[in-house]
Amino acid sequence: METLLALTIGALTGAAIYLMLAGNLMRFIFGLVLISNAANLTIFAAGRLTEGAPPLIAEGADTLTGTAANALPQALVLTAIVIGFGLFAFAIVLVFRAWTTLGTLEPDEMRLAEPPEARP
Amino acid sequence: MSAPASESAAPAPLGNGWVGVLPVVLAAALFAGFASMLPAVAAGSVLRWQADWVPSLGLSLAVLVDGLSLTFALLISGIGALVLLYSNTYLAGHPQYGRFALYLTAFMVSMLGLVLADDLILLFVFWELTTFTSYLLIGFSHEAETSRRNALQALFVTAAGGLAFLAGLILLGFAAGTTRISDILAQGDALKAHALYLPILVLLLAGAFTKSAQVPFHFWLPNAMAAPTPVSAFLHSATMVKAGIYLLARMHPALSGTGVWLWTLTILGAVTAVFASLLALRQTDLKQALAYTTLMALGTLTLFLGQESGYAMTAFATFLIVHSLYKAALFLVVGCIDKATGTREAELLGGLGRAMPITAIAAAVAAMSMAGFPPFLGFIGKELKYAGALAVASEPVLVAGAVLVSNALMLAVAGVVAFRPFWRPASGPLPRSPGEAPWAMLSGPVILAALGALFGLYPDVLQRALVAPTVVSLTGTPAEVKELKLWAGINMPLVLSATTFVLGLAFYAWHRPLRSALEAAFSRLPSLDAGWDRFLDGLKALAAWQTRVIQTGRLTDYLFATFATILLGLAAGIMAGGLPPLAIDVSGATWVHVALAALLLAGAGLTVGSASRIAAIAALGVVGIGTALVFIVFGAPDVAITQLLVETLVVVLVAVALLRLPALARDRFRPAHAALATALGATVALVLLAVLSAPLDRRLTDYFEAASWPEAYGRNIVNVILVDFRALDTFGEIAVVVIAALSAYALLRTTKGDRT
Repeated sequence: METLLALTIGALTGAAIYLMLAGNLMRFIFGLVLISNAANLTIFAAGRLTEGAPPLIAEGADTLTGTAANALPQALVLTAIVIGFGLFAFAIVLVFRAWTTLGTLEPDEMRLAEPPEARP
Repeated sequence: MSAPASESAAPAPLGNGWVGVLPVVLAAALFAGFASMLPAVAAGSVLRWQADWVPSLGLSLAVLVDGLSLTFALLISGIGALVLLYSNTYLAGHPQYGRFALYLTAFMVSMLGLVLADDLILLFVFWELTTFTSYLLIGFSHEAETSRRNALQALFVTAAGGLAFLAGLILLGFAAGTTRISDILAQGDALKAHALYLPILVLLLAGAFTKSAQVPFHFWLPNAMAAPTPVSAFLHSATMVKAGIYLLARMHPALSGTGVWLWTLTILGAVTAVFASLLALRQTDLKQALAYTTLMALGTLTLFLGQESGYAMTAFATFLIVHSLYKAALFLVVGCIDKATGTREAELLGGLGRAMPITAIAAAVAAMSMAGFPPFLGFIGKELKYAGALAVASEPVLVAGAVLVSNALMLAVAGVVAFRPFWRPASGPLPRSPGEAPWAMLSGPVILAALGALFGLYPDVLQRALVAPTVVSLTGTPAEVKELKLWAGINMPLVLSATTFVLGLAFYAWHRPLRSALEAAFSRLPSLDAGWDRFLDGLKALAAWQTRVIQTGRLTDYLFATFATILLGLAAGIMAGGLPPLAIDVSGATWVHVALAALLLAGAGLTVGSASRIAAIAALGVVGIGTALVFIVFGAPDVAITQLLVETLVVVLVAVALLRLPALARDRFRPAHAALATALGATVALVLLAVLSAPLDRRLTDYFEAASWPEAYGRNIVNVILVDFRALDTFGEIAVVVIAALSAYALLRTTKGDRT
């Protein structure tokens, strides 16, 4: 499954980059969500996949007995998901605000800071 | 080039209060201090002093005083004191005199540090300090655009040379295994045989030649005349431009004696000397004419440093002192003339001898020294120059010829600058009726000119005090010191001297037709100064062009460049490091796994392909749920729960915000973007496969598994990591979310009613 997941992550990344390059902020946000998912899955997969064995210490035992999933990447991914959500929430508000102020979702049409006629 | 208005204020002696007096006292004290070292150094001892600076890097503040250093130090502090005294009157009442005095004093101290440093790094620090302070001095009249331009030109040329110089010093330090200059000088033979000798030499010479304005880097020096006249006197006589000469002299024992050294210095020195004296004769501005004669002097000094013989070294040491004395005196005289009459035009000036008798006599004495008439020191210097030139083993005729022509031209220029303005009748009314300069402005020219005359009459004083110790520093042995004599009998140098007088007087007599001829000839030559402007314009145009091309202002271009860079970085890493054998194994995949992968791929594909917002959002949700399912299947229930919660929140946010946005236009197919996305996706998959094929480092995981219960009393290891072992990270994460929420709130609050 690790091979399969690695290939899937590659495809997700490619799709995310294609969306981010679209020159439309809504598609950019979609790409952002996709690439966050791909990144989380990458961290998760890099710690190896162990099916059906969460890293829980049994009642009465002092340490893990038997094989269990790698706990470290899980902790990292948990943090990453929450931070990714923070980023997404801020980005979507920013896009919304850009739309209400500038009336466009095309970043190439947002020339307030760099007016095209000012170029030599 | 006219003097700034502030310079033409009526001079009042010592008119700047303690700000004007203090630097003079400081410089005089330094001069006295150095003079007190004369007996010891003349007796052949080398004074050293050192303190640790950065011991961990082996850097120390090491100072060395030998004949060469002391000669330079005395010239710098002595002329510095006179120039500061002069400036105090010349710029009396100038609103920024405090700044001027600070710059000039800082420059003098940097120069002293440069000639006294016994450590390569220390030497470089002072070298750069002189570059910066001279930039400030040249650009002192910063209201004038030419002033700013010329200061910047001097800075660029000398700082570029400084970079080469630094590289050369570092190589030299590596080759010698030490940065202590006195140690380096002791291993000259090893250095000359070293593989790095040529690069070291080229880089050091680049630094020295830019600083000392040798052809083809000469163009900045005459432009540096934008500075107030006392600065020109100081920069051109004793200091700035002599820094390169000092470096060549300092490195002479270690690096000279090879063919490259000999020919580079001889040819460039000779070319600079002749070329500059022709240019000097062409000028009608007195200050500009003097500026070009400085180039000539520097060329001659370089020429002699190319040689090995004792005559050449004695000629170097003598001419160094002669030139500093007469050049400083003449610049100060020109400043007096400028101040008194309001012009520096050779063709306007005349009849000043009656109005300014003391200035006229000082100028005449200095000019006689410059022209090389007996009994002045300049005569001895010139005789030695001829003796030194004739002692050049390889090309005595060429060297002596170059020296002869430049000396004859020098005589003519001396006449134009220091004789004609005083003694020929005035050709017309002057801008101001002249009067004698105040004593503070006279003392400099008078003392310097008198020294030139005194040393000419009593050359053995100078010989014992300065020339002999300097030659010993250069050659290492007192046996090579040649004697300074006013009358050395009838010999070849005397014959050449006589020729010089005849030739020089002829040049002077016909200098006006000669000037027009030169003017016509040089105006046809390409001007390096104009070339400099074109170079700067080209640089600016290049910057504008690359800004237009690279900084398009289009977000998609920037993103494309970013992703392409990531791709190149990853690909380069793979190329350089190679890939481990990939463990591609899909045999263990069950139908659940295949279904999960298919779900993710379908969601991603639909997000890309859909032109409908709702469909795209739903497809994103599918990817999110698919990710959560991966977490559930592979033993990460906590992560899965978080993922599902976040997915829910995403849907809420999207419903609130995204659906108020306009509908999506259909996305046209973008082949370049698709290619980049595919390549980067494939590379990511490849890298991940490579990671998965390498052995896993489980040390941290093992630690957490072992410590989770005994240390933190938690059975859910993931939770224990988050809230206990890495609690600070989690706190940071919460802070990030709070900041994002606050920022989002701030953005939304101001939404209403300000749509533009």
